[in-house]
Amino acid sequence: MSDVTIPGPRREEVNRAGRFLFGAGIALLVLWVLVPIWFLFVNALSAPSEVTGFPKRFWPSFDLASVRFFWNFQGVTNALWNSIKVAVLTMILSIGMGAPAGYALSRFDFPGKEFFRVLVIMTRAFPLPLLALPLAVMFIRTGLDDTVLGLALVHAMLALPFAVLITFSLFSGIPVELEEAAWTLGCTRLQAFVKVVLPLALPGIAASAVFAFVISWNEVFAAAVLTIENRTLTAFLLQSLNVSPLPLKFAGGAALVLPALIFIFAVRKYLFAMWGIANR
Amino acid sequence: MAEIVIKGVAKQFGAFTALHSVDLTIADQEFMVLLGASGCGKTTLLRIIAGLEAPSQGEVWIGGRRVDHLPPRARGIAMVFQNYAVFPHLTVFENIAFGLRMANMPQAEVERRVTRTAELMHIGQLLKRYSGELSGGQRQRVAVARALAMEPDVILMDEPLSNLDALLRLEMRAELKGVLAQSKTTTIYVTHDQVEAMSLADRISVMNGGYIVQADRPTEVYRNPAARFVGSFIGNPPMNFLPASPDGAGRWRVAGRVFDGPHAEAAEFAIRPEDLQAASDGLNAEVRVVEPLGPHTLITAEVAGQPFRAVLESDRQVAPGDVITLAPVPDRIRWFDPETHKAIA
Ligand SMILES: Nc1ncnc2c1ncn2[C@@H]1O[C@H](COP(=O)(O)OP(=O)(O)OP(=O)(O)O)[C@@H](O)[C@H]1O
Ligand SMILES: [Mg+2]
Repeated sequence: MSDVTIPGPRREEVNRAGRFLFGAGIALLVLWVLVPIWFLFVNALSAPSEVTGFPKRFWPSFDLASVRFFWNFQGVTNALWNSIKVAVLTMILSIGMGAPAGYALSRFDFPGKEFFRVLVIMTRAFPLPLLALPLAVMFIRTGLDDTVLGLALVHAMLALPFAVLITFSLFSGIPVELEEAAWTLGCTRLQAFVKVVLPLALPGIAASAVFAFVISWNEVFAAAVLTIENRTLTAFLLQSLNVSPLPLKFAGGAALVLPALIFIFAVRKYLFAMWGIANR
Repeated sequence: MAEIVIKGVAKQFGAFTALHSVDLTIADQEFMVLLGASGCGKTTLLRIIAGLEAPSQGEVWIGGRRVDHLPPRARGIAMVFQNYAVFPHLTVFENIAFGLRMANMPQAEVERRVTRTAELMHIGQLLKRYSGELSGGQRQRVAVARALAMEPDVILMDEPLSNLDALLRLEMRAELKGVLAQSKTTTIYVTHDQVEAMSLADRISVMNGGYIVQADRPTEVYRNPAARFVGSFIGNPPMNFLPASPDGAGRWRVAGRVFDGPHAEAAEFAIRPEDLQAASDGLNAEVRVVEPLGPHTLITAEVAGQPFRAVLESDRQVAPGDVITLAPVPDRIRWFDPETHKAIA
């Protein structure tokens, strides 16, 4: 080894610069997500007079006037109730169809399996605006327009790929030997599923149900196009956007975001699993 | 009574043939070991017997009943899996009780059987634990206890000890042998460990490339291999083979020496390394490697250009480069057909 030192940044300097960039990038991303949410909640929980004021206080004044106004606004409770009904139905439909599909994909070899997997994802390739008009026409013909079931069907279609993929990775993570052991111990295929697979998969299935709920809860386009009387909260807020006062919008926005945030936080582990990222 | 009869069982996975027409009869209460190298079809055969895999052809009979169309639960079998397959969401007690509950056994009987088998497998103090709180060896015991609690006619085990460390393996091996001998079940035990096979089996079925090459008592398999493969697979170090050329009727010239042999067209000479004695008259071997093993010394040499091993008394001084004379024990010499690789009587 020679004693010649190469001029230029030393290793620890490079490392420090890298760490700084990394940290800055993360901070930027976090702010990107958190600032709008903070903004939303500060305004929703402030008095209507404060909403238009600037600068903002970091902590809201916890004046519930906006929220009360939102709650008493004509049609809000009805829309909220519709949102819940559609979301619950979406949850049931997408898990009811998605979990068996996920199980089949993880346990059986059948011709066209890969094609089916692509197809499941492909359902997300058609933009909803493209589908909305023909769907609306078809729904009017069949009488499904402006019904909770009709909208839930569309939302279930949106949530289904995720339900299939999450439950697929879930079932794949449960060793086949456990099921086979149950068969040799006297179980039918169904009994083994109920007694062994289901208890192990249940938390994950619940998570993907919650995810389906959130997808429906936040969906606005189909809801706006396919319903008139029975609007969900998103569609209702969109419709009354230009006529409603600012505090209502913020309170409504917060009402939309809050359940989604809580649910996503609760099931984050399983969403990571879906993308193949190990949780820690 | 649970005699197992396998008639012409074959299994194809697509174009690949994992089992070629296997015929095998396993007597009631017999301990049969399926032994063979990795990928030879042991697990496939076991899974076909268990009903976890359907045979492409052939029949499986258990206790005089044809079962190849029946699901696993209707076959009177219990299975121990290589990775144990202990249910993680149930306690040890409920794991062992699982099959009994499926059979709607009264609670008192369930408790009696679970306690008894748990005692037998020395896991009585673990009954409240979950599998995540057990060591590999303990999980293994739970898996065996769960199978035994069923009091099945047949127990199938797929390399049950392969995930344990060497010491625990030795201990479990002896224990399994004792427990299974008492339980009066017919046992089929898959392993690729020949020592395990020798020590446990009533009979060993040596498998190779989807065929059963030989099914016989351990000493018989060891002493009288039915095929060249058996001799080269079983025994550590394995059998030595040397080419032989005819030298008159029933006489064969091997490495320049003449031996009495079979009346055949062609033959290959075979001898186990421990059946060689250092003598003044025998095969000339040029020593390559000397490995003292304590009681014996393992010598790797060259005879007529072929690698050749011998196990000698350790008091004999040998060094690499020496030329020694090794005399085969006459009644331990075996002959194989160089074409079919089958033994010539
Ligand atoms: N489901 C399957 N699809 C295709 N090929 C398979 C399947 N199961 C087994 N095989 C093939 O059949 C052959 C026998 O497999 P098997 O599992 O019976 O081997 P084994 O003797 O148990 O080996 P090991 O000692 O490694 O467990 C292997 O070559 C394997 O690749
Ligand atoms: Mg195997």
